[in-house]
Amino acid sequence: MRYIFFLLVLVMVSCKNETKEVLDSSLNTDSKDIDLEIQDFSGIEKYLYTTTDKTYVVNFWATWCAPCIKELPYFEDINKNYSNKNVDVILVSLDFPHVYETKLKPFIRKNNLKSKVVVLNDMDSNSWIPKVHEDWSGAIPATLIFNKNERKFFERAFTYNELEHEIKQFLK
Amino acid sequence: MYKLKTLVIALLISTVAIAQSGYKVGDIATDFKLENVDGKMVSLSDYNQAKGYIVIFTCNTCPFSVAYEDRVIALNKKYESQGYPVIAIMPNNPAASPGDSMEAMKARSKAKGYTFPYLMDKNQEIYPQYGASKTPHVYVLQKVKKGNKVKYIGAIDDNYQHPDSVNQKYVENAVDALLAGNPIKETHTRALGCTIKI
Repeated sequence: MRYIFFLLVLVMVSCKNETKEVLDSSLNTDSKDIDLEIQDFSGIEKYLYTTTDKTYVVNFWATWCAPCIKELPYFEDINKNYSNKNVDVILVSLDFPHVYETKLKPFIRKNNLKSKVVVLNDMDSNSWIPKVHEDWSGAIPATLIFNKNERKFFERAFTYNELEHEIKQFLK
Repeated sequence: MYKLKTLVIALLISTVAIAQSGYKVGDIATDFKLENVDGKMVSLSDYNQAKGYIVIFTCNTCPFSVAYEDRVIALNKKYESQGYPVIAIMPNNPAASPGDSMEAMKARSKAKGYTFPYLMDKNQEIYPQYGASKTPHVYVLQKVKKGNKVKYIGAIDDNYQHPDSVNQKYVENAVDALLAGNPIKETHTRALGCTIKI
């Protein structure tokens, strides 16, 4: 009887260890090679202005934001289709720090995001939201399109055609 | 005739623009009759003794709303007895956001022990009048002769992640000022939030 009990404990312990190892290794593969650029607003500001001839499309999103995730592929497509037309897409994630490893990195890897991803972690949103654009109430998704001459802000979600239409106005 | 047409169109456009922008501080806010998680209908006018209201558009599913749940409970605990009860309104369409169904609202209210009404803006007619664009979005109203006057619009405080690191308690500052008869220093603030699901 004692022997059986000992065996049971042994099996339980080894099972537990095994599960743990599997979990850990899957986490490692998921987040491998992704070096997140995490900034406060002063670190993000440089991405919101330009003196070059490029047009920038800056999208504010988060992994938990369903309308953001829905429109994200359109931004990826723009990044791909317009890279030769001097258009750069920057995806500014507003995910909370406690999900960087568990959700954000796995999401970037799984969806193979090619656009530049920057993480904005700055609590004092009342001070920085109007610096992105005076019209922004703080809801996401939100998108800023700009070049050195003009800038336009959208507190809404896009379809690919809508987004492309707005970007084309900047390329005229 | 052409002039009339232009005028009508201009009028229509301006009406739409007004409808979209919602209330500004100083406006009189509409009352409503919305279903609470206990099945009863709730209006601001039900509160005879209230000096005003802390109206919060919030929901179950938005992480920012979730981060503020305990602080909303604390707001009602502190201010209901002083005449400023919290009235929470869930503005999302449950068809677009299943986690915000009446059943889910009931469950959350029960689990968190809400001591304030948690109403559903079922026809999605109230939040556009207020001009709420996201959850959470707060409107502090003061009862005056003409109705309920908007005194503060915006965020609960300046740190959605860490309640212990808050520097500015915007809503508390606003209600404290109203209770003391002082002007509110910051009447409009901004915070991150989730778009209202239509």
